[in-house]
Amino acid sequence: MDIFIQQLINGLTLGAVYAVVALGYTMVYGIIQLINFAHGEVVMIGAMVAFTVINALAGSGLPPLVVVLIGAGCAIPVCVLVGYTMERLAYRPLRRAPRLAPLITAIGVSIILQHLAMLVWSRNVLAFPQIIDIKLYTIAGAVITNVQVVIILTCIVIMAALAALVYRTRLGTAMRATAQNPQVAGLMGIDIDRVIAATFAIGAGLAAVAGVMVGTYYGIAQYTMGSILGLKAFTAAVLGGIGNVPGAMLGGVLMGVVEALGAGYIGSYTDLCKISGISDWLTQRCANDGHFVLFGSNYQDVFAFVVLILVLVFRPSGLLGERVGDRA
Amino acid sequence: MKALARHNPALFWPALAIVAAVLLVLPFALTEIGTTWVRVMNLALLYVMLALGLNIVVGFAGLLDLGYIAFYGVGAYTYALLASPHFGLHLPFWVILPIGAAIAALFGVLLGAPTLKLRGDYLAIVTLGFGEIIRIFLNNLSRPVNITNGPQGISRIDPFRIDGLNLATNQKLLGLEFSGPTKYYYLLIILVAVIIALNLRLQNSRIGRAWEAIREDETAARAMGINTTNLKLLAYAMGASFGGLAGGVFAAIQEFISPESFVLVESIMVVSMVVLGGMGNVWGVVLGAVLLSFVPEILRFSVAPMQQQLFGRTLIEPEVIRMLLFGLALVLVMLFRPAGLLPSAVRKRELAERGE
Repeated sequence: MDIFIQQLINGLTLGAVYAVVALGYTMVYGIIQLINFAHGEVVMIGAMVAFTVINALAGSGLPPLVVVLIGAGCAIPVCVLVGYTMERLAYRPLRRAPRLAPLITAIGVSIILQHLAMLVWSRNVLAFPQIIDIKLYTIAGAVITNVQVVIILTCIVIMAALAALVYRTRLGTAMRATAQNPQVAGLMGIDIDRVIAATFAIGAGLAAVAGVMVGTYYGIAQYTMGSILGLKAFTAAVLGGIGNVPGAMLGGVLMGVVEALGAGYIGSYTDLCKISGISDWLTQRCANDGHFVLFGSNYQDVFAFVVLILVLVFRPSGLLGERVGDRA
Repeated sequence: MKALARHNPALFWPALAIVAAVLLVLPFALTEIGTTWVRVMNLALLYVMLALGLNIVVGFAGLLDLGYIAFYGVGAYTYALLASPHFGLHLPFWVILPIGAAIAALFGVLLGAPTLKLRGDYLAIVTLGFGEIIRIFLNNLSRPVNITNGPQGISRIDPFRIDGLNLATNQKLLGLEFSGPTKYYYLLIILVAVIIALNLRLQNSRIGRAWEAIREDETAARAMGINTTNLKLLAYAMGASFGGLAGGVFAAIQEFISPESFVLVESIMVVSMVVLGGMGNVWGVVLGAVLLSFVPEILRFSVAPMQQQLFGRTLIEPEVIRMLLFGLALVLVMLFRPAGLLPSAVRKRELAERGE
């Protein structure tokens, strides 16, 4: 039971981060039906910028929270700029092209960003300086750290703010109108180019925050970290119903929990020694070793993809998505 | 070449003869510069095979596959497991290659079956996920039973051998010195020629036209009585089997494979070749594959020394420049030449219509 709660806490933390990244995918997809393949790289750049700033300020004697906030404060504008630039140069000219074209430029942008980051920050794994003293709190036999608490709270605040933005402000209304029908929205006086650019900028800003959180949570950053994270967040967005803001939040949290619980339990559930009676060979093998684990926790990354494939096959519109059929 | 045949049929056979003669002497000319270049050429030919296989899926049937390298991996591992000391099996290559191609085709259907309903970008992501799953399995199937030997990979794989002819060693035949890579080169040229012929024949066959119809409009194709399910699965299976075949040859040439060779970047590279050359056009795809496999090697031999001379040290590794150029090429080609360097006639028309 302890393991269950522990993995649940880890999963929630991870899921909160996925949710924030997934929001970036889902907002862009909702408006222009583009899978922004390079979104994961924006998260990576956020983490890298934060690393540089935090590393520089680590010895300055400022309180850790302030240092991390300054890191985020620097990462957000950089990422917003990256997001805006890529929309402007690589996606906007292709808005009317066949759908394969922007997907391929997105792959191109992702490769470019990754290798530029490699040039700037080297190919090594960068370790964040340990400036935060980790405090442990015990809940029901499981341990939660202060970093985890902060991450989860930050994500809740971000999601609430974003929901307010999308459903309560003029920009949000314009975004939803553009998502429904760009032509008509344009006729109603909405500057579609501006709305799309704003969506990319907001998504990139969220990605920056996610990057800072991932970096401080795991304590490391590398130029390749964006792709797998992006893929999982995308899966989360699809799981919740792509184009749907609450769906991305739900999908992200579920994704994190599934992954953490999966990684925690797959080893013991696929341990064939539990059924060692069925064959002599297995019995002998288990007598020496005690464990005959088919799939260990090193298969953690498989869960995301299996979930993705299952969702797309059985419910392509996602859990909360309403659009079906041709979009999928 | 087809255009040439159409304009001037009398020139077709002489032109083909000249091309064949050039390809025949090429390895000897390359050996003069350095045996490395023959190896580079062989790798380029492997990429041509891969790109042509992917072209069936992406170019003909219009299904974007970002996990294509998985089939290459399946073929390579099949060969490696059946012809290396790892399991102590040493089957001859002409037995294993068809098995490898068949297993890859099976995986193609496995990937295709659940994704039949998906279109466009969703399909791309699922195939990408599939490719990653295969790689993760290759990486981890060393425990509890050692099947793939994990990240260390499988070494001492048998080269191709028929009686006295060993394709991995230097031999004197008919008074000429043939190096190992040169012999593989001839084998690859034959395989590539067969695959090109198959591709060209497929393109205008009943199946090829049906694929084209599916690519243009799946609903309309179905309404015309095309069995879209079977044809899409066939596209996956065929594309995958070429990948599996290429993988087997790759394993034999390298004599060592590890999951490192079958990463996402490789899939993207093959897609880039197809896109850059011109989706759906066999000659365009060949051009794209040759171009993208030679450019990095040329960069390796030019950029590093150039930087040495200019700055006294290597500032930017050639590998990074190569990847940056890849990314840039993908973006620029899509922006300015969306149908690729040698566009297929249909693709060109279609883009012109939609672009309005």
